[in-house]
Amino acid sequence: MELTGAEIFVRSLHDEGVDLVFGYPGGAVLHIYDALYTQDKVNHILVRHEQAATHAADGYARSTGKPGVVVVTSGPGATNAVTGIATAYMDSIPMVVFTGQVPTHLIGNDAFQEADNIGITRPCVKHNFLVKDVADLAETIKKAFYVATTGRPGPVVVDIPKDVTAQKTEYSYPDKVSMRSYNPVHVGHAGQIKRAVRMMLDAKRPMLYTGGGVILGNAAESLTAIARALNYPVTNTLMGLGAYPATDPQFVGMLGMHGTYEANMAMHHCDVLIAVGARFDDRVTGNIEKFCPNASIIHIDIDPASISKNVKVDIPIVGCVDNVLKAMLAELGNSKQQPGEGTLDGWWQQINEWRSRECLKYDRDSELIKPQYVVETLYKVTGGDAFITSDVGQHQMWAAQYYPFDKPRRWINSGGLGTMGFGLPAAMGVQLAWPDDTVACITGEGSIQMCIQELSTCLQYALPIKVINLNNGYLGMVRQWQEFFYQKRYAMSYMESLPDFVKLAESYGHVGMQITSPADVEGALIEAMQMKDRLVFMDFLTDREENVYPMIPAGGGQNEMILI
Amino acid sequence: MRHIISILMENEAGALSRVAGLFSARGYNIESLTVAPTEDPSLSRMTLVTRGTDEIIEQITKQLNKLIDVVKLMDMTEGPHIEREMMLIKVRAQGEKRNELKRVSDIFHGRIIDVTDETYTIEMTGAGDKMDAFVQTLDAGLIIEVVRSGVSGIGRGDRSLKL
Ligand SMILES: Cc1ncc(C[n+]2csc(CCOP(=O)(O)OP(=O)(O)O)c2C)c(N)n1
Repeated sequence: MELTGAEIFVRSLHDEGVDLVFGYPGGAVLHIYDALYTQDKVNHILVRHEQAATHAADGYARSTGKPGVVVVTSGPGATNAVTGIATAYMDSIPMVVFTGQVPTHLIGNDAFQEADNIGITRPCVKHNFLVKDVADLAETIKKAFYVATTGRPGPVVVDIPKDVTAQKTEYSYPDKVSMRSYNPVHVGHAGQIKRAVRMMLDAKRPMLYTGGGVILGNAAESLTAIARALNYPVTNTLMGLGAYPATDPQFVGMLGMHGTYEANMAMHHCDVLIAVGARFDDRVTGNIEKFCPNASIIHIDIDPASISKNVKVDIPIVGCVDNVLKAMLAELGNSKQQPGEGTLDGWWQQINEWRSRECLKYDRDSELIKPQYVVETLYKVTGGDAFITSDVGQHQMWAAQYYPFDKPRRWINSGGLGTMGFGLPAAMGVQLAWPDDTVACITGEGSIQMCIQELSTCLQYALPIKVINLNNGYLGMVRQWQEFFYQKRYAMSYMESLPDFVKLAESYGHVGMQITSPADVEGALIEAMQMKDRLVFMDFLTDREENVYPMIPAGGGQNEMILI
Repeated sequence: MRHIISILMENEAGALSRVAGLFSARGYNIESLTVAPTEDPSLSRMTLVTRGTDEIIEQITKQLNKLIDVVKLMDMTEGPHIEREMMLIKVRAQGEKRNELKRVSDIFHGRIIDVTDETYTIEMTGAGDKMDAFVQTLDAGLIIEVVRSGVSGIGRGDRSLKL
């Protein structure tokens, strides 16, 4: 039987195993929306702004490992989605975004709601496709999911002109697709793995530095196994939190600009660094000239282009991190040389000395609500087992520092692009994927207003997200830099004319709370968590000028942290 | 160092812009770039001349390989290869200059392919530095127009870039 392009679109999604898409309708995708209307296999979540559709799909993907799926219309629909696409791209999140396009005969004519979606998204997608013929539609969709989810994952855009969704053809969805130009590597080079293991067994001051790749590559278990087998200290990047249980004594905290003192000092002094699924981002390395001056570096990554991009490494291993770590474990088991009893004692002693500086301490006796205290209490009240999304700013760093994640895929934040506005819509995607779990969005009064309209979506789909607004009345992270580096000239970092968040939440049909005293923090959080089926917007009026510590100032090395 | 990178890529609309976009987004320099279909109509071959340290060239080849449309590539300059470029150059050729220009063009194995009372149009192929040398030899005031194809390259002997 012949189907229209729009019907093929929906059938293809279903055959791909997609049951949830996020989107917003418009002229160019009317056929598609009509086809969605007449079936019940693929559910559609209507957001209030296309940026939120992409962030929600992104949150869904990060928390499940499955690709997020988005449908938006041509022109402004597609351009609104770009921020979310770029966000997913920077963090290598699998996502397929379908953009409507004007009919093929109008492309290039400055038609109504025409934008060059392929051109606009090209630098922020893993790949994109323009479908010019309905006969290619099903196969292109298959390819899009294949490219988005394999190798180093990333967003893929499929641009579909309106006439293609009306044309008819026979439908068949390919089982498999192969592309001669795209063959991601799976297993690591055996010789390199042997060399790496030898180097690791000889290490006196080893360090495991792991990133988002361990989470994306579902390698948390293998990482934990290898770290325990060797008694190595582990640090995670902002993107890698949860890959190694944060409450385990071998975990030395996050590293980088606002990482722990012990993690950064251990990085600086290590003799063998094993980087796993991490990319030596400038927020991690500090001044690259001063980075790990004494270390031989092993780098495991699925993307050859990540290796020796910023820092020259000694043993590169390209492959799926999980496969490589498993092969290393096997090699360790077979090796005659075994980790010497007590060889790392001196190293651990040194690390524990750094640890005893307690770099994350803060004033617990303050009359004001300390933002750190709110996050710690949230950890306590949720038993450390919630999904936490965040926006971007100081609150994001406090969330990363004071909510120790023991499991992967629980910590959902925009690390690479640093997109304010990410937190709430991402939480929607997470809550839809995990309807019975606690999902909290840690945000600031600046960030939350960038996608606040999604409170309406949350009501429509009854998403009981807990919004933790750490309200300091400032664009805090900007203010902190201005305080440190611009002699307190607070240019445009003060948020004037804030809404009454309680009333705002209420007017969207949710519960609003304002918390002004430290004594009320725990009680309020408990009360909010008990409202299992309600979204609760918790506006915490916090110490306004609290800063994020410790900190590596710009140009500093990892051993040059400012401590409180 | 100057490198000649040859790329086989899917002959798809937009493939060229992916390469050009990659170079501008990452701040790599392109000295020249040529692209045309091969004997297999589904493939285009691109030749790209760029400059950079070893680290930058390594990144360039890795990033190019990462583009989904790129099927295969080779850094010609890593081994024996032949480099050719074609140039069409129109020069003012009057009076006693006519003979002199003809002589110089012959030395460089150029061919005069169009003649008027006042001009010669010379066709020349060779490696890029030969074109440079020829252009430099000429009195700048005589040059009306220079058209260069950009470099193409091919491996010597058994060395070849094919699927
Ligand atoms: C879309 C976007 N615009 C601007 C920035 C720059 N920026 C980074 S942090 C920050 C302040 C965030 O303020 P708020 O959300 O109130 O959080 P706080 O730092 O106070 O915790 C800004 C403006 C950004 N990251 N994203």
